Amino acid sequence: MHLLVVEDDHDTREFIRNGLLQAGHSVDVAADGREGLFAATTQQFDLIVLDRMLPEVDGLTVLRTLRASGSRVPVLLLSALGEVDQRVGGLRAGADDYLVKPFAFSELEARIEALSRRTAPEGPATVLKVGDLELDLMTRGVRRGELNIELQPREFRLLEYLMRHAGQVVTRTMLLEHVWDYHFDPQTNVIDVHVSRLRAKIDRGFEPQLLHTVRGAGYRLALGGGADGS
Amino acid sequence: MVAEAPRSLGERIAALLRTSTFQLTLFYTGLFSISAALLAMFFYWSTIGLLVRETDATLKAEITGLAEQYIEHGLERLVQVIVHRIGNDQSGAMLYLFATRDNQPLAGNLLEWPRIEADVDGWVEFTHHRADGRDVPARARVYLLGDGLHLLVGRNIEQLRQLKEVFNRALLLGVGLIFVLATGGGLLMSSRLLKRVGAMTEATDDIIAGQLDRRLEIRGTGDEFDDLASRVNIMLDRLEALLATVRHVSDNIAHDLRTPLTRLRNRIELAARGAPEALRGELEASVEDADQLLATFAALLRIARIESGSYDAQYEVLEVGTLVNDANELYLGFAQDKQLMLQAEVQGHPLVSGDRNLLFQAITNLLDNAIKHSPAGGMVKVDVRTLAGEVVIEVHDGGPGIPVDEHERVTQRFTRLDQSRSLPGSGLGLSLVKAVAELHRGSLSFSDNGPGLCARLRLPVGQTSV
Repeated sequence: MHLLVVEDDHDTREFIRNGLLQAGHSVDVAADGREGLFAATTQQFDLIVLDRMLPEVDGLTVLRTLRASGSRVPVLLLSALGEVDQRVGGLRAGADDYLVKPFAFSELEARIEALSRRTAPEGPATVLKVGDLELDLMTRGVRRGELNIELQPREFRLLEYLMRHAGQVVTRTMLLEHVWDYHFDPQTNVIDVHVSRLRAKIDRGFEPQLLHTVRGAGYRLALGGGADGS
Repeated sequence: MVAEAPRSLGERIAALLRTSTFQLTLFYTGLFSISAALLAMFFYWSTIGLLVRETDATLKAEITGLAEQYIEHGLERLVQVIVHRIGNDQSGAMLYLFATRDNQPLAGNLLEWPRIEADVDGWVEFTHHRADGRDVPARARVYLLGDGLHLLVGRNIEQLRQLKEVFNRALLLGVGLIFVLATGGGLLMSSRLLKRVGAMTEATDDIIAGQLDRRLEIRGTGDEFDDLASRVNIMLDRLEALLATVRHVSDNIAHDLRTPLTRLRNRIELAARGAPEALRGELEASVEDADQLLATFAALLRIARIESGSYDAQYEVLEVGTLVNDANELYLGFAQDKQLMLQAEVQGHPLVSGDRNLLFQAITNLLDNAIKHSPAGGMVKVDVRTLAGEVVIEVHDGGPGIPVDEHERVTQRFTRLDQSRSLPGSGLGLSLVKAVAELHRGSLSFSDNGPGLCARLRLPVGQTSV
C-alpha cells in the first residue's frame, strides 16, 4: 500500500514510517498541514494517517478540505486529545477511524489494514467464506464443511466481523467498537471469553484451525495463520 | 458520618448543662448573688440599721433622763414626769412603766411588766397588748432604780418591723429574680451556642466522611464563631488544594509516562516480530505487561478528566435496560467460566440522560467487580428500578462483602482491600464508577447484602437535559 503520514512530531512520524515500511508498505511523510494537504491533493494514496494537531493548517481543516474536494481516500485521524469523547468530532469531519496517542503500533497497523480492506471492491456478496467456513448473511446460517453451526446473535456478529476482515489482525478494541458498539476499557479480557466460545463452535473437531490469537495484538481469522497463531 | 440517633429530652438537657457557657453562667450567677447580698447588707445597715440605732439611742437617753429625775427628785417626781411624758407623746409610740419590786405598776401606759426577761444590757423585745386590743411589737430598755423599783422605757416598733419585712421581701425577690434570669439567660445562650457548635460538628462530620468540598457556615455576624469558621474553611481550602496537588502529581506521572512507555512497548513489539522463537515469547509477554500498565494509566487519566469536568461527555437519552442487558451479555461467558449465575431484572423502561460509553463502562465495572469477588457456584444479580426520580441500578454479589467502615474508602484510587489483593485489577474500577456517577449527578453507594455486597448506582431519571 502507498500511505501518507502527516505528523509534526519527528519521533512519532519516524516511528510510524519505520513500522509501516517494515510491514511492507511504501510511505510518504509530511511534517505540517500545508505540506500534507499539498501531498494529499497532488498524489494518489491508499490511506492517509493524519494528526489532528498540526502547524500551519490543522488536521481537521486538512480533512475537511480533502473531503470538500471530493477525495474519498480513507483517513485515520491521530489525536493526543482526550479519548472516545473526541472521536465524534473527528468522525464528523470525515475521518474513517480515530486513534488516540499514544497508541500501540499493532492497533495502528490493524486499523490501517481494516480501512484499506474497506475500500477494496467488496461486491454484493451475501456469503462470506474462509476455507470451508461459510457465513450466509441472508439466511444468517453458518456452516463448516457439511455441518451447520448454531450461533448466538452476538457470536454471529463477531464471526461476521472476523470474516469480513479475514487474514487481518483485529484488535480487542476494534471488536468492542464494531461488534458491541461501545467504546470502553473492559477491566477483564471479556472479549477473550467470547472469542474462545466462538472458537469452540467453529474450530473444535475441525482442521485446519481458523481463529488465531495474535499475542499483544488481537485475533486473526485465516486459513493457515499458524506463524502468529496459538 | 457518625450516625447520631435522635436524642431524648433528658440527654439534650444534660448536654446543655455540660456546656462551658452554662457553667460559666452558673459561676457568674454565684458571684453576682454574693455581691448583691453584700450590697443589700450595706443598704440594711445604712437604713433600717440606722433607724434601729436611733430608736435605741432615744430609749437610752430617755431612760437615763428619767433615772436622773428619780435620783435627784425622788419617786413622786418621776411619776409626774412619766405622766407628763405620756400626755405629751402624741404619736402614742412611747411606752413607759414604772413598777415596784413585785411588778405593781406605779405609773406608765403599759398595763403589765413584760413576761420576757431583759438581756444583760437591759434590752427587751415583747408584744405590747394595746388598749384598743391590737398587739404590736415593742422594744424597751429596763432600768433598776434600787429598792426593787424598776423602770421600762419602750417604743412601738411596728413600723420598723414592717419596714424590715418589706426589705426582706424585696431582697428575696431580687435574689430570686437574679437567679432565675441568670439561669434562664445561661440556658438560652448555651442552647444558641450548642446549635452553632452542632452545625459545625455536623459539617466536620461530613468532611470526615469524605465531602472535602463542604465548608462551615459563616453567618456574617462577625463574632468569634464566624472567625473560627472562616479560619477552619481556609484550612480546608488549603487541605483540598494539597490533596488536589497530590492527585495531580499522580495524574501527571501517568500522563508523562504514557508516551515513553508506549514507545517502549512498540519497540519491543516490533523487535518481537523479527526475534528468534526462543526470545519472542518473552518479548510478547513484556508487551502484554506494558499494555496492563498503560491500561491503568489510561483509567487514571480518564478519572482525572471526568472529575475535573474536562471530559467532553456526549449526552443522549438512554434506555438503562439496554445498557444493563448488553453488559450482562458481555459478561455472561466470563461469569459462567467462574460457575456463577448472572441475572438481570429490569423493571419498566427507565431512561437516563447520559454518556452511553461512560455509563456502559460504569455498569461493566460494577459487574466485573461483583463477578471477581463472588465464590464459584454463587450468583450475581442486577436489579434496575425507578425510585423517587432516580434510576437505581443495583449489583448484588455473593462475595465476602466490604466492612461498613471501608465503604467510603473503596472508591478511592488504588484502594484494594486485603481480601482482594490476590485478585486481578487495578483498584481504579470503583473510582471510575463514582466519577461517572457524579458526572451524571448520581451517586454510588454500598450496602451489606448479608452475605455479599450490594453496589447501588443511582442516576437521575432522564429525558430532561442534564
